[in-house]
Formats: sequence, C-alpha cells, structure tokens
Amino acid sequence: MNLTLKVWRQRNSQAAGKLETYQVKDISPEMSFLEMMDVLNEDLLRSGVDPIAFDHDCREGICGMCSLYINGRAHGPERGTTTCQLHMRKFSDGDTITIEPWRAGPFPILKDLCVDRSALDRIQQAGGYVSINTGGVPDANEIPIPKLIADKAFDAATCIGCGACVAACKNSSAMLFTSAKISQLAMLPQGKVERKTRVENMVAQMDIEGFGACSNIGACAAECPVGISLENIAMMNREYISAKFTSENV
Amino acid sequence: MILDSKIPEGPLAEKWDKHKFNVKLVNPANKRKYDVIVVGTGLAGASAAATLGELGYNVKAFCYQDSPRRAHSIAAQGGINAAKNYQNDGDSVYRLFYDTIKGGDYRAREANVYRLAQVSVNIIDQCVAQGVPFAREYGGLLANRSFGGAQVSRTFYARGQTGQQLLLGAYSALNRQIAYGKVKMYPRTEMLDLVMVDGKARGIVTRNLVTGEIESHSAHAVILATGGYGNVFFLSTNAMGSNTTAIWRAHKKGALFANPCFTQIHPTCIPVSGGHQSKLTLMSESLRNDGRVWVPKAVGDNRIASDIPEDERDYFLERKYPSFGNLVPRDVASRNAKLACDEGRGVGTTKLAVYLDFADAIKREGLNAISQKYGNLFEMYEKITGENPYEQPMRIYPAVHYTMGGLWVDYNLMTTIPGLYATGECNFSDHGANRLGASALMQGLADGYFVIPYTIGDYLAQNPTARVETSHPAFKEAEQAVRADVDRLLSINGSRTVDDFHKALGLLMWDYCGMARNAEGLQYAKQEIRKLREDFWKDVKILGTNEELNVTLEKAGRVADFLELGELMVDDALNRNESCGGHFREEYQTPENEALRDDENYAYVAAWEYTGPNQQPVLHKEDLKFENVKLTQRSYK
Repeated sequence: MNLTLKVWRQRNSQAAGKLETYQVKDISPEMSFLEMMDVLNEDLLRSGVDPIAFDHDCREGICGMCSLYINGRAHGPERGTTTCQLHMRKFSDGDTITIEPWRAGPFPILKDLCVDRSALDRIQQAGGYVSINTGGVPDANEIPIPKLIADKAFDAATCIGCGACVAACKNSSAMLFTSAKISQLAMLPQGKVERKTRVENMVAQMDIEGFGACSNIGACAAECPVGISLENIAMMNREYISAKFTSENV
Repeated sequence: MILDSKIPEGPLAEKWDKHKFNVKLVNPANKRKYDVIVVGTGLAGASAAATLGELGYNVKAFCYQDSPRRAHSIAAQGGINAAKNYQNDGDSVYRLFYDTIKGGDYRAREANVYRLAQVSVNIIDQCVAQGVPFAREYGGLLANRSFGGAQVSRTFYARGQTGQQLLLGAYSALNRQIAYGKVKMYPRTEMLDLVMVDGKARGIVTRNLVTGEIESHSAHAVILATGGYGNVFFLSTNAMGSNTTAIWRAHKKGALFANPCFTQIHPTCIPVSGGHQSKLTLMSESLRNDGRVWVPKAVGDNRIASDIPEDERDYFLERKYPSFGNLVPRDVASRNAKLACDEGRGVGTTKLAVYLDFADAIKREGLNAISQKYGNLFEMYEKITGENPYEQPMRIYPAVHYTMGGLWVDYNLMTTIPGLYATGECNFSDHGANRLGASALMQGLADGYFVIPYTIGDYLAQNPTARVETSHPAFKEAEQAVRADVDRLLSINGSRTVDDFHKALGLLMWDYCGMARNAEGLQYAKQEIRKLREDFWKDVKILGTNEELNVTLEKAGRVADFLELGELMVDDALNRNESCGGHFREEYQTPENEALRDDENYAYVAAWEYTGPNQQPVLHKEDLKFENVKLTQRSYK
C-alpha cells in the first residue's frame, strides 16, 4: 500500500506545531500501525530528517503507552483497539491518514506526538489504592468475594491508563479513568474502608489537574480501547454523592 | 575472586527463618536517615520501592516509561504460582520448590528456590489484600489453573491479564508511598551509570529523557530491578524499551554477570510474518491447558487444518510426553516445535509454525466457557493475524521471551558490588536454565515485597548513615563519562540506522545463540558481533541533540550495550559444553533429542567478570550444591 500521512510535528512544549505531509510506500497489510510509523521513521532518518517522536512500548495493547489521534479518532478507527494493535489491513491503498497527539489541556505536548500524562498518575496517588502494608495480611481466602463481584471489579480494573477517554472528550474529562479505579475498589471488601475519602480525594485531584466535567456524551467509553464501561461513571457519581452526604471529613 | 553465596546454614526449610532472625535490623527512627535508589518499576521494582517506603527509608524510584504503571511486567498473561494447596491436589512448598529446581534443569540454587516457594504463599495474601481481582470460583474462593511443568493446579490468575493486575497492585502501593512523600518518582529517566565510592555502590547517573539533563543521585544502596535483556535478539516478546543498559553498565563497574546465555524461548508466540516486524507477541502458556498442539504427519502436507483428518495429525507433545502432554515445560515444547518444523512439517505460509487447536475444547466445554477463560487472548490473536481462532487453529512458533541470566547475586540479592542489589528478572538467581510458567511474577514480587526489605536492612545497619554529596568527584567523573558517551554517539553521523545494527545483531543471536547452538556457529557469531560493534561506532546515524526528547539517541545507547552483551552471551554458550534447559548445544543431546546435561563438569553458575573493552572476560564459578534434590535426567514422559 502507498499512503499519504499528515503528521503533527512540534519540537517541544514551547514551540509552535504544524501538520507535515509524508509519503510511505510498500506498506504491508500485515504491519501494525506503529510498524508503519517505524518504516516512515527509518526513511526520515536516512534522509536526514528528525524522526517523529511517538509513545509506545509493549505493542501488545496492555501497557497503555501508545496514543495517537488517527483520522480524528483516539487510537484510530477500529473499536476496542489500541494504536499498537491496529493493523494496516484496516486501511486502503492511497489513503490519506492524519496523525495527531492527544489534545487536552492537562496533557501538554512534549514533542511531536508525545504528551505528558503524569496528571493521571497524580489522580491515582490521591487515593487509588488500599492502605495496606506489606505482610501481616489475612489469608487470601478468608474473605470470599462472589464471582460476580470479582468479575465486575476486574472489568473496571483493566483500564490501561492510556488517556484516550480524556482525548476523546470535548471537556477533557478524566472521569472514565478515575471512575474505573473507584468502582474497582468500592466493589471489593478490601477497598470499602476508605471508599469515602478515596472518591472525595480523587475527584478533587481531577479538578486540580484541570480536567473538565462529564456531560454524559459517552465519547470516552466509545473510544476506550479496553471497553471500560460508562456504568463506572454512574457508580462514581453515586459514591461521590453518598460520600458528600455522610462524610466525616467536612 | 571468591563467590560467596552466603547461603545460611541449617536445614533447607529453616534457612530463611533463621536468616531473618540473624540479619541486623535498622531501628525505625534510623531508617529515615538512609536513602535507597530503585531502578525500574515493574513487579520487582515497584514492590521493593513501595515496601522500603513503608518501612521508612527515603526511596528514589526511576523508570524510562512515562509512568511506573507501564513496566513490562504488565504484559504477563497467564498467572502466578503459589503453594497454597487450596485445591487439595497434593501441592506443598516442597513440591513447588522441587518442580522449580527440576524445571530449571538443576542449574539454580536450592536455598533461593526454597525461599521463593515459601514466600509464594504470602504474595497471594498480599495482593488480595491490595484489591487485586483474581479469578474466583462461584463460592467466592480463589480459582486456580495448571501451567507447564507442573501436575498440580497452583496458578492464580486474573483472566489473561495477571501481570497487569499484579503490577497495578504494586503500582498502587507505590502511589501510596509517593503520596506520603516516602518515594520520589522519576519517570522518563534512564540510568546510564553506577557511581561507586570506596568500592561501594553510592548512586547513579541518569539522563532525563525529555530534557536530556544528565543528573546524579546519591544513596546508601542501589537496587536494580530493570527486567530482562531479551531484546538483544531484536525480535522478542519484550516491550520495545526493555534493555540491558543499567545492569550492563553496573557489570562494567564490577558486578559479575551470571549465566548470560540462558534464554527462555517461549513455545506459544504468534509466528513472524515478515521483515517489517518490530516485536513478537506471546500467547499465554495457559492456552496449553485446553489447546492441543499438532502438525500434519506427512511432510509437505499443504491442506488447511480442517481438511486434515484426525489420523493424519501428529499431536507430538501428547505422543512423546503422555503424562505432561501439552503441559511440558517451555524448553521442551519449544524444541519439539522447532524439530517438527525442521522436519518440514510446519504449517502456514512460512512453514515456521505449528497448530494450537481448541476445536476439542470448544466441543467439550462450549464456546462460552472457552471465551470466558481466554477471550482476550483470542481477540488479540485475531487482531494481529486477521484470523479467527474460534474457527481455525492458532498458529504458533517459539520466540525469545525471558532471560534467566543476569547479574550474579548472593542469597541477600546483593551483587558482587557492596550495596548494589539486583532483583527480579535482571538477576540470575531462581530459575536455573529454564523458567517454568507463572514463576517470573512470583520471583518479582517475592524479591520486592518479602526478601529485599529484610536483606537490605542488614547491609544498611552495618554502614554509616552519612550521605555522599553528588558534588563528590566520583559523581562528577561518572557524569563526564556519560556525557562523553552521548557526545561520541552524536558525533558519528554515519550512514546506517540504529535499527539496522540492532536487526543485524538480533539475527546473529537468533541463528547462532538462539534455540539451538553449536561451537562452530558460536565462534562465527563472536567474530561477526565484534565486526558489527566496530561498524556501529564508525557508521551509526543519530540526528538531533542531547538536549531534547531524542528517541534515536536513547535506542543507540541501548543497542551499543546489546552489542557488548551479545558477545558475552556467545562466550558463555561456548563455555558450557552441555545442554540444559534454555541452552541447547546440538553436540550434546540424547538419542531422543533431549538435552544432555553434564552434572560432573557444569553444575555451576558461570559468573563473568568484565576486564575491559574487547578483552576476554574472566570466568568465575559458583558450584551448585544439591543436598535435598537428587540430580536426575529430567523426564516429562
């Protein structure tokens, strides 16, 4: 396949950016999208042009490092797929593909297609854990957890933290991401002790980082590569209201 | 140099408890006077950083990714072993220990492996307490499945995403300490050198991957938890950034490198489809619980799978190993797949693949049950290959997965440099010449949560609390050396790309130091790697500057180190005139093509000392003593 790529190039967070046009030739449909980018980068490097910086690591759809806005969609056109698992067989010969970084105020651009997502880490640090020290814990089977609950908690826990939900949202809301962790821990007996402070602190941190509010459009869940459900946002709202009405921390 | 493994005296089952009592303690008020550096935030690194923070030490943690949550432990699929015996099927600490020693082809240390089996029980408790959503039975109790190399069900799992859930557990514990201020986290930061003062590890020099800033960090002890070096092969199941740089540079500062040639080849990977490929993707070993491995009986049978009748299929693992069947250990399964393909019975367009077939399981249990167990793996397979594995068998082929070699460590996980520790995959210690499934996650967390917190205290208690300032000449010297290296790379401005060199090295390693090796090929590879290394330093092309996010520069530094490590792997493979586990020397095999060990001459850990650029490294040996397990021909028949 031969393709025309329009790629966002930006030297660093201060510099102005713009779309540059590149041609790639002989792309095999077996390649992943990022392998196609590798081919382009090798060509650029050989011709003395600075290769395009983009984030990626495991290339198995699990580490959450890859991003990319492809033709106006977070992680590209295929549902339930990270950019690294998107394959070129989903495109056609002669296509023009536009590639941009995640766009959200709390995700400043570092270079080209790389953005800084550390705001998501800080939300987790505000309470996305069970306060348990190593050792001295009960036997794992001492607190049975019904399979249904364990499965639901697992579904929420599979969020890969890629930030597609934020990028897809017109308000740059991080609620799908935050709610996934809140739901997981609120459902499990281990997370119940801290459930009120957790939701209060994590929601407060979202605001501090500058993420917007949810307006129930659902673009986040539609673009989430691992299928995190909107139910989590409903659950987070319920947790939050209940915490606000009964909280010990005023 | 004498390699003192510091294995505690006494009966096997009591060694660790006794040792824990004998180690020196740091009193809680003094812990805050000590600084510890942890490099890498996978299972071993995140768990260590979190636990040391909890204990009260000041921890600095580093990772090259943008967040500690992305460490490659996250990609582990199948599960984590623990001798809980919840199934009442005959498991015990001793059996897990025994299986692991035997699985490692008797090239691991008894005492370390026993400790691993002992603390495996605590790991599950710890992770469940953190809120890790393991698979459960309907009654609410934890579910288990079986894995290669074992005849009991002792593997705990979270669908096909066990590594992810365990890492997110450790990451959450780490986050808690970051929030408390006990751990300071440095993402997008790469360690480029180890700093030693008075013969002890006292800090590291790093490069900020966004700004290029070269920085020094001082500490009382340094823990390396940087994972494996399988990317020396270019194509492997490792994440793109996985590298050897931190441990290799520590090796050049005096830490011995043990058993570098022991590479685990994983039998169930998606086969290579073409020259463009950047990495390989593993399909969890747990698939072999229900999937049956086969090839056509006849050479050159080009029919599609469904057209080949039952009696013309060769279920070679079930045929050759009736008691373990498809669940033989990874080295055995890999070698037999290669053998079938070498005979010309491989399948698919490249003929370098065998079938992993779920038709029987789907007939027996129904499509729903199978998709419950392996759904995400099936989806992943379909995304990559464009084929639906519910309708036709998967095609799989062995690929480089895990490296059992790494920095030599004693029972305390300390390297030959005082104050420098190595945990998880980057040390050599627990898996011998082969790693059984579901044991890597176990070792990472055992080291981080339950071993290093005790053993590092012993060292710190015996060393003064005084800090070394980063203005110390040793730091300045190391910074200058790092800068000089970076400048040298940037000044070459040659004609070949970094990936060009990496691919050439990878091909040499795979062809001559991969699934099967022989002396002639290894000697050839050694010369070729030297030539390639010379060319690299003359002709590599790197654009841009140090003072920016420069992906090519990052890769170049890592490949430069792989080019040196590759030669050491070849040296190690040449030295070991036997076959064992993930090291198969073609000259040494039984008439049935099984690995032929030489316990008389090679029951040792080969620990290599760096002696300078292009100098022959010096071999030191730690003899392995087997007091509890009798060395026998490993049999899975």
